[in-house]
Amino acid sequence: MTALPFLLLIAAVMAGYVINRMAAGAIRDRGDRLHSLIGYHGMFSALLILVPVLTFILLWLVLQGPVIDRMVMGGLPDGALDDLDSGATQLVLAEIKSLANGRVFGTPEDWKIAAGERFVQLSNQAAWLLAIAVAVLAVGLLAFARSRVAAEFRARQGVEGIVSGLMIFCSTVAIFTTIGIIVSLTYETIRFLEAVPLTDFLFGTNWEPQIPLREDQVAAEGAFGWLPVIVGTIVITIVALLVAVPIGLFSAIYLNEFAPRRLRSAVKPVLEILAGVPTVVYGFFAILVVAPAIRSFGQSIGIDVAPNTALAAGGVMGIMLIPFISSFADDALSAVPRALRDGALGLGSTRGEMMTTVLFPAALPGIVGGVLLAVSRAIGETMIVVMAAGLIAKMTFNPLDSVTTVTVQIVTLLIGDTSFDNPKTLAAFALGMMLFIVTLIINIFALRIVRKYREAYD
Amino acid sequence: MNDMSTIERGAKLSETKVSARGVNVHYGDTHAIKDVNVDISNNNVTAFIGPSGCGKSTFLRCLNRMNDTIDICRVDGAIQLDGQDIYDKRVDPVQLRARVGMVFQKPNPFPKSIYDNVAYGPKIHGLAKSKSDMDDIVERALRRGAIWDEVKDRLHSTGTGLSGGQQQRLCIARAVATEPEVLLMDEPCSALDPIATAQVEELIDELRENFTVVIVTHSMQQAARVSQKTAFFHLGELVEFGETGQIFTKPEDPRTESYITGRIG
Repeated sequence: MTALPFLLLIAAVMAGYVINRMAAGAIRDRGDRLHSLIGYHGMFSALLILVPVLTFILLWLVLQGPVIDRMVMGGLPDGALDDLDSGATQLVLAEIKSLANGRVFGTPEDWKIAAGERFVQLSNQAAWLLAIAVAVLAVGLLAFARSRVAAEFRARQGVEGIVSGLMIFCSTVAIFTTIGIIVSLTYETIRFLEAVPLTDFLFGTNWEPQIPLREDQVAAEGAFGWLPVIVGTIVITIVALLVAVPIGLFSAIYLNEFAPRRLRSAVKPVLEILAGVPTVVYGFFAILVVAPAIRSFGQSIGIDVAPNTALAAGGVMGIMLIPFISSFADDALSAVPRALRDGALGLGSTRGEMMTTVLFPAALPGIVGGVLLAVSRAIGETMIVVMAAGLIAKMTFNPLDSVTTVTVQIVTLLIGDTSFDNPKTLAAFALGMMLFIVTLIINIFALRIVRKYREAYD
Repeated sequence: MNDMSTIERGAKLSETKVSARGVNVHYGDTHAIKDVNVDISNNNVTAFIGPSGCGKSTFLRCLNRMNDTIDICRVDGAIQLDGQDIYDKRVDPVQLRARVGMVFQKPNPFPKSIYDNVAYGPKIHGLAKSKSDMDDIVERALRRGAIWDEVKDRLHSTGTGLSGGQQQRLCIARAVATEPEVLLMDEPCSALDPIATAQVEELIDELRENFTVVIVTHSMQQAARVSQKTAFFHLGELVEFGETGQIFTKPEDPRTESYITGRIG
């Protein structure tokens, strides 16, 4: 049933294309000069039908559910929903829907069965209504598009207008999504801050996000200071970058400038495979190989090392980030014009001097872009740290200690049974908001630095 | 265009600076230079002319081993600078390129300040002992590049902001700053307008005082204006080599005559 409107749409689009193309062709054959090629006349009709009808179908399908729900609930016998709060009302609706789908639990009341039947009936009606509406709309647009066909009609401009409108829509999707994310985060964060004062959250050095579940429970009041969590994130990010930036940069420089062509063509794909390894697998590697190795090495030289360390998690994360940095840096170095390399070599500089004095400054923006991406990935990375870094929030800068990160805390706050009206759960949104702000600030700063030191070559 | 003046200008009688014997260059399977012998004399401007793809730029790039930077390029034969084989194992191409400077077809100043562009070579070769030393070197090079007056007030603005002709003269100053013995120029005026071209040509003539200049050019008039010796390349062969006046007025080879009179090219 849901397929019918789409089939109608496809048929109308094809018909529109053929009809307009033929009509335009007829004008041309009569000897008149067409402004646009006949293909554009066809495309104009096809797009003119496709875009509005498809939008109409999608909107209908989105709105259909809530509207039918309201009609069903509104048609219930008087008094059936009295004394029920919103949660219980939702349960009644869910029960009616399962009845409508043929799943019966126990012996439902008669009015619920009636409502279920009504639900089925309304859904069927809605589907037919949609099909009819689509047919009417499509035929109307078809006729309108056909009426526009004329020798001087600017079908090409029409097509270009519609297509550029579609492109504008696509390019703004990301912006609107970002705005949506910010709005929802802000909303939940404000609710969190109603329960926990901003100063406690920003400057508290204690993170113990538990709250009593029941009135009689004797649990400690939770503490929601985010500093230990962000410090953990920073420590792990720094460790990861200390591994990834030098290795990634030097491998990019070597592959770009010094490596024989054959080695380069073998190593580059392998590096890219590294980028495709799932982070869970890196987590295994961290917890099973790297962490024990660090621990036993620490014991052998007499240093006490925690089983979960920031060093293990950060180090493995650094390995994960190598391909990001190396491939960005490689692209940036390759993009520097050959004329600049020739210029430097022609003046008698060695390849190393050419790299440090000419290529590197010219490629700086691209390289910094790669590092920035790596920073964002490191801050946002969850799986490796969940597995290898630990869960206890400790205010420490020691990489040999167990730390926790913002993302890990968000995960632990949101898994299990949660209700969205207590500070424990809402704290996750506040942390998310802070993460968002921190990455934003880092990005702005890095872009400033790049603008100051870059050597633009074009 | 008065070609006769070039005869009167004549070539200085002087010793050979660069000599090439039996030079062959292969790009992969392509035989780009076929058995070229040429003697380039000191303190003269030698012009390489010929139609596109005849190998004149390739041969020029052999003289400072820039072809080494191209993987698939293979150079055979002997090229001597002051009697020493530059393809000898003991010769470091990096040091060679300090002695044999190069100016490229398209102006390629580094995206640094004008000062840093000129100071680049002296810096990497350690030619300046102090800051004031370096200032002197930069000023002298920019004066030799005939661009000092135009840029002396903005030495620290970026070199890529100059006009095309200024950029090319900056590149010449940059090449001159390392005090090379030979200056190779690969169509240095092809990206310039006539006025800038005239300035660069005048500059080339002055540079002859201190350097041995080899210039590749597409323009026969330019070769006639600036050079004392001219070599005509065709399909990878050196067809004719002699004094510029003689090449342009009494070419010995029929191919040279055809090219000069515009029948091939």
